[in-house]
Amino acid sequence: MAAAADMSAALPQLVDGYTKQTGQTVKLLFGSSGNLTNQIRNGAPFDVFFSADEEYPQQLIAEELALKDTLYRYAVGRLVLWVPGDSPLDLSKLGMKALLDPSVKKISIANPAHAPYGRAAEAALRHFGIYDQVSSRLVLGENVSQAAQFVESGNAQAGLIALSHALAPALKDKGRYWTVPLDAYPTLNQAAVVLSRSKQQDAARKFLDSLRRPEASSLLSSYGFSLPAEKR
Amino acid sequence: MNWEAFWLTVRLAAIVSTLLIAIGIPIAYWLTYSRWRWKFLIEAAVALPIVLPPTVLGFYVLVALGSRSPLGRWWESLTGHTLAFTFEGLVIGSLLYSLPFAVQPFAASFGAVDAKLLRASASLGHSPAQTFRRIVLPLSKAGLVTGFALSFAHTLGEFGVVLMVGGNIPGVTRTISIDIYDRVQTGQYSAANQTALLLLIVSFVVLSIVYGLNRYGLNRYGLNRRPGVVGPWR
Repeated sequence: MAAAADMSAALPQLVDGYTKQTGQTVKLLFGSSGNLTNQIRNGAPFDVFFSADEEYPQQLIAEELALKDTLYRYAVGRLVLWVPGDSPLDLSKLGMKALLDPSVKKISIANPAHAPYGRAAEAALRHFGIYDQVSSRLVLGENVSQAAQFVESGNAQAGLIALSHALAPALKDKGRYWTVPLDAYPTLNQAAVVLSRSKQQDAARKFLDSLRRPEASSLLSSYGFSLPAEKR
Repeated sequence: MNWEAFWLTVRLAAIVSTLLIAIGIPIAYWLTYSRWRWKFLIEAAVALPIVLPPTVLGFYVLVALGSRSPLGRWWESLTGHTLAFTFEGLVIGSLLYSLPFAVQPFAASFGAVDAKLLRASASLGHSPAQTFRRIVLPLSKAGLVTGFALSFAHTLGEFGVVLMVGGNIPGVTRTISIDIYDRVQTGQYSAANQTALLLLIVSFVVLSIVYGLNRYGLNRYGLNRRPGVVGPWR
């Protein structure tokens, strides 16, 4: 299964639970959704694709590379502004305007060219009217995990990253975050889909079904994914 | 065709290969003439970037030279910014990354200079430094050109380190190989194709010049790189 980088902490746990129940093992890999989509177009041997937005799976469905009836919006991803623990910035007071502070020399975001979180970050910066002021300080991670790593390692002073990373053990105690309001960027409807080339479509469908169980939903929400509003 | 990325990369490679002439010659000199018994350890260390994955180098630049490390803090207090995401950061990463491609040809050509010439020079009253400047360096021209060109071409093709520490900033750290990668990732194959072809041609031309010079150009003046054969003094 290939998954958007924001699932890098939650999905292994979901898979663990699944493996314990069914005895089936699953191999995981992570990248930016655009990157993975491109790999799928070029014949990557994945069974399931977890995208950070719905657009990429829809494109794959239109190209008949993914099965339309398997499309499942399993969560909504959230964007946060994250700073390391030693940062002097008061995020709760300043919100996005914290990025205008002169101590913020580099701001890491995912690459908007192929990462939905990168596009969300750009949209949010525009929403708050500070994009032009900060654009020269943006550094682009290959995907949202690398954007998180840039700021976690202290090489960037602030980052617009996934809430699921801010809540994951690797970052949890190392910094503070401010949740970017949902109206500041197009909703990150996370969608999963079974791929047409998969030779294990039944098992792939079963895995997606297992995500509908309450345990899976509560694990996802513990990583900050809100559940989609519509009926499942 | 992203000319900004192209010229940025050419500038990076030119700076790195020029600096490597200055850094590489003393290292190669020491490697050639030192009789220290543990010299092989230094030789191994210099050759490391040939075998190490660029990700290892990228990781160290990011973490060991990042703002959490003493070295990184020192750099930050000096320049006001971290090494990652800057052109200087790429220069430092590339210096390490391309070091053996300069030092090894340098050392090989120094070592190929006939020891009889060195003794003759010394017997005529030249200091080791004078001998090096007036005998060894001119006879090593082919090795110096090779080292310069190989480190230039190697830096042109650098990818892993830049991907890890560059931050993909247009005009600063978005090199030609990153530009190709981004275009492939977003399905712009024809743009990637043009850029890849240009890089292929430039690299081929640089290497052809190196091998051509070694084969025909420098030998004509008696500056042979083969050991023991030294033109005008034969």
